[in-house]
Amino acid sequence: MSSLLRLRTFIRPYIPQIVLNLILLLAITALSLYVPRVIRQVVDVGLAAGAGDALIRSALVLFGLGLGTAILNLGHRYLSEWIAARIGYDLRNRLYDHIQRQAFTYHDHTQSGQLISRCIEDVSAIQRFAGSAVIETIQFLLLTVGILWLMTADNLKLAVISLLPMIPLVYRALEFGTRIGGLFFKVDNAVGEVSNRLQENVSGVQVVRAFAREDYEIGRFNFANKEVFKHWVNVIDQWARIMPLSNFLIALGTILLLWFGGPMVLEGEITLGALVAFNSYILMLGAPAQQLTQLVNAAGEATAGAQRVFEVLDHPSEIQSPRGAGDAGQLRGEVEFEGVGLSYQDERIHALDGISLKVEPNRIVALMGQTGSGKTSLVNLIPRFYDVTQGRVLVDGRDVRELDLVSLRRQIGIVLQTSLLFSDSIRANIAYGRPDATEEEIFAAAQAAQAHEFILELPQGYGTVVGERGVTLSGGQRQRVAIARALLMNPRILILDDSTSSVDTQTEKLIQSALDQLMEGRTTFVIAHRLSTVRRADLIVVMDKGCIVQRGTHKDLLRQKGLYRKIYDLQLKGHEKFTEEMEELGQKEFVEAHRRSEELR
Amino acid sequence: MKKQITPPAYVVQSEEALDKKYDPQIARKLVRFLQPYLKQGIAALLLMTVATITSVSGPYFVKVALDDGLAANNVEVLRQTLLIYLVVMLVQWGTNYLRVVIMSRVGQHVLYDVRTRMFEHLQKLSLGFYSRFSVGRAITRVINDVGTLREFITWAALAIVRDTFAIVGIIVAMLAIDLKLSLLTFAVLPFMALATYIFRKAARRNYRKVRSAISWVNSVLAENINGVRVVQAFSRETHNYKNYRDYVNRYHLDVSLDAVKVAAFFTPTVDLLGAVATALVVWVGGTAVLGESITAGVLVAFILYIDRFFEPIRDLFRRFDTLQSTMAGGERILQLLETPVEVQDEAGAGELSAIRGDVRFERVSFHYADDPAPVLTDIDLDIRAGETVALVGETGAGKTTFVKLVARFHDPTSGCIRVDGVDLRTVTQGSLRRQMGMVLQDPFLFNGTVKENILFGRLDATDAEVIAAATAVGAHEFISQLKNGYETSVQEGGVLLSVGQRQLISFARALLADPRILILDEATSSIDTQTEQVIQSALARLLKGRTSFVIAHRLSTITNADRIVVIHDGRVIEQGSHRELLEKRGYYFKLYKTGFQE
Repeated sequence: MSSLLRLRTFIRPYIPQIVLNLILLLAITALSLYVPRVIRQVVDVGLAAGAGDALIRSALVLFGLGLGTAILNLGHRYLSEWIAARIGYDLRNRLYDHIQRQAFTYHDHTQSGQLISRCIEDVSAIQRFAGSAVIETIQFLLLTVGILWLMTADNLKLAVISLLPMIPLVYRALEFGTRIGGLFFKVDNAVGEVSNRLQENVSGVQVVRAFAREDYEIGRFNFANKEVFKHWVNVIDQWARIMPLSNFLIALGTILLLWFGGPMVLEGEITLGALVAFNSYILMLGAPAQQLTQLVNAAGEATAGAQRVFEVLDHPSEIQSPRGAGDAGQLRGEVEFEGVGLSYQDERIHALDGISLKVEPNRIVALMGQTGSGKTSLVNLIPRFYDVTQGRVLVDGRDVRELDLVSLRRQIGIVLQTSLLFSDSIRANIAYGRPDATEEEIFAAAQAAQAHEFILELPQGYGTVVGERGVTLSGGQRQRVAIARALLMNPRILILDDSTSSVDTQTEKLIQSALDQLMEGRTTFVIAHRLSTVRRADLIVVMDKGCIVQRGTHKDLLRQKGLYRKIYDLQLKGHEKFTEEMEELGQKEFVEAHRRSEELR
Repeated sequence: MKKQITPPAYVVQSEEALDKKYDPQIARKLVRFLQPYLKQGIAALLLMTVATITSVSGPYFVKVALDDGLAANNVEVLRQTLLIYLVVMLVQWGTNYLRVVIMSRVGQHVLYDVRTRMFEHLQKLSLGFYSRFSVGRAITRVINDVGTLREFITWAALAIVRDTFAIVGIIVAMLAIDLKLSLLTFAVLPFMALATYIFRKAARRNYRKVRSAISWVNSVLAENINGVRVVQAFSRETHNYKNYRDYVNRYHLDVSLDAVKVAAFFTPTVDLLGAVATALVVWVGGTAVLGESITAGVLVAFILYIDRFFEPIRDLFRRFDTLQSTMAGGERILQLLETPVEVQDEAGAGELSAIRGDVRFERVSFHYADDPAPVLTDIDLDIRAGETVALVGETGAGKTTFVKLVARFHDPTSGCIRVDGVDLRTVTQGSLRRQMGMVLQDPFLFNGTVKENILFGRLDATDAEVIAAATAVGAHEFISQLKNGYETSVQEGGVLLSVGQRQLISFARALLADPRILILDEATSSIDTQTEQVIQSALARLLKGRTSFVIAHRLSTITNADRIVVIHDGRVIEQGSHRELLEKRGYYFKLYKTGFQE
């Protein structure tokens, strides 16, 4: 419930509309409460006194009341939905912005599917509640108060007797409400599990097939499926306990009314019209009382939804621009790590430990080391994707935590290992970091990234939509677009995850020359896998288990007997074997050329 | 000052797909899911008939109580009538309770069946199908579309029957009580029909727009969350937020409000027509009471009936929207269930007994069902058990298709593939694949612990075997450094495991399965050179003693193979050992030269 109350910040902007809506509601309730009185008039005065005029007047009043209610209702309904839609709109905006500003750590530990369903399902549950349910609750209360007042004023005894069945009805509804929330929560979780199973099965379909694990998967799915069934049946049992009962209790009200009221009419204690009016009131109360269960239901769903939404909104972004930090200005590009340590929350060991490293502007630093040695962790600290747990990272002598985040990141270009593009045109993808870039700038970036040619060959050139709903680009093509995207930023500091995983030799060469273009005149950190890239670096840093184990130029490192030498030898062996083979095959010229190019590097 | 927002083309296109009229064929097929529960269905229908009749009878009892009891000054009759009414309402309570319990259980059973059927069918569909079938779609089908079906089965289907029963019941009751007043009440019905018609048309258009706006909001949201690292790397947060707020989400708000406008008109209109009917009945009926042609009880009963008459009509109107989305959802569900299974176990297909691992391609050609261009042409190969075969060729030459045929993810269009002399089509897929292992480029891990992921290769393996497999491929060291060792869970949030580490886990998985035939499709591409060199021995250990097919771009992985098969344009153009092929100075030779020329 407390999370529902917290929604008030989102409701506050619409207080004038809500007040207006309440006024409309009050008027509607008053008008509809008046209808049974008119009918009472008809029965008592119109029929009894034999006055035809009174009948016509009553008919006209009924019509007038109907018309008035209809018009007011029109405004009221529109306003209710309007308020709900606005609240939903605001909530969705807030969630969207909040989520996209969360630090990497948050996204590392949160399933994206869950976040998405929060923005969609939970917000709709809140919206439904805010729209119709709250208003209907208020309407129910108003009606109840109005009817109780009118009935007790008329005849206290009869009112008490005929409204008696309402007590178990309301009691049951509230009891239902306390139970149904928890049951729905279980249903939601079970459905979530089914969708997890499904998601996994579909994305891992090849593995499932390859290991002939279909039956195992079906078994696991059915287990989750059974749970959904079981929890739904529990929900339904609650429904079954209350819905038919409410019909009965309302009818019981009528029966009690006539049972005790009938003799009262005969004894002249009340008029027939009053009896009929009383019956109308009971029926009037019946409909919203039945809805009460649905309201409680909606409130339960909305509470669960609000709880989850606030769980997201309450999570502060761990990495934020420091308050009052001005624009960082044009960076020179000096980067320094000062005793840097980093540990992720889930891991026993340090991802980085005691890293000290200073890089002058415009230098190329190659990072080497095995998978998991900490290369990516290290470069992620520069644009503050993560914050250090020890030490400092300095850019131009200033701690990155003191710099304005946007002006820092704007001057850092990144080409990640997996080149994610968005479903938009290629033009928009290249201009992603600088939406205001001119056509010429975009072309230039694409040309430098060796992407211009293949882009022109696409069906709509730069306007071709890529991604899930568009043309599928090959891995190499995607990577070149990503390089163009980074180039267009004209960053002072460049971070490259130089992976050419699944591209053939030809493409690899194209990418290589694109990268060479990109590194020109910037401070570059390159996670290198190829010796050719490594050799042209000003500084080679070899990492192992989160520490720097070797540093120096290619020549320095070759002289040392360390990890670098080992890796180099392994790769060299390949080359030597290759040259040998070629020599044996009498490819003298080729071998010469190959050696020369090796030496040049 | 409201500006018109035009959503992108795919959003508008999806609108059309959402509009589905009642289609008897779809309805018939959906009803087939109910067949196993026919008995319960009939019982529920009978119960509902009783429940509706009893609940419609209310105003009639009030009339009798007023006329025969009160007007006749007879308290006995009054109380008798009320007692009967009480019994009738008790019957109503009981029948309704049973109906809800029975019918909604049937509903849940049906939904369970539908979900199971869909999942089982998904397990049979070819991999080609999955290239167009994303996770998002799967979720939409099995969760959302089945959800609309649930909405329909648990609420709408019965409500429609109940409302129809109620309307008919009320009409019959009214006619039975007084013909003239009945006709008077029905006089508003044509207006009602007209109003319904007009509103329905507008509502449908709006409904479509809202649905597609929602899907637009969802897809933009999903993309931003999935790509959040790039978003932040390029500082796009503010720009994206504005785009979402003023464009995508705004469009959703605008079309929702348009829809609200129409919907807000309908209910008051029905209410107004109800008021008109009441006023007419009061006027004409009242005059009749005065003329003593009807009793006061009749008049009161009529006023009560009118009140009840419009409720089911309003309800029916709402249910039609559900019906519409059910039709659309149902059609998509059926579409999935009716997607033909490309590779099927033949009737009477036997189990493939334990194999040695000889693989033979006999004049094998293949093209995809939806594209007549040949992918593989006339492949003839004879591979001995235990041989390591490297497949070499450009992207798109047909290497991956080749290995998919070995695993029987597709059947050859012509020719045949034999394992130990047995045509693959004559044995069950399960018995073949249980003796086959596969490591793919993208190391896929399931949600669960590291151990569970390795166990996926062989479910009954002991802990010691799991550790042995991990040790053999060089994964044991990093696994034991994880927070909970082998029990560490690798959720979606497990991004902290690097691609290389995940690949090592999938190697362990394959090793544990101990397959006779092993396929490595770009398995080492996601591992950096350094790590690859470290795991060379693991790889050798993995390949040893099995028939292996290796696809790799790195030539260093290829040179050690027993046989290299060069595929070009879907044909085998060269084969032999590294040495033999180099000496041949053909295509492979050229490839090898450029490979080392960086």
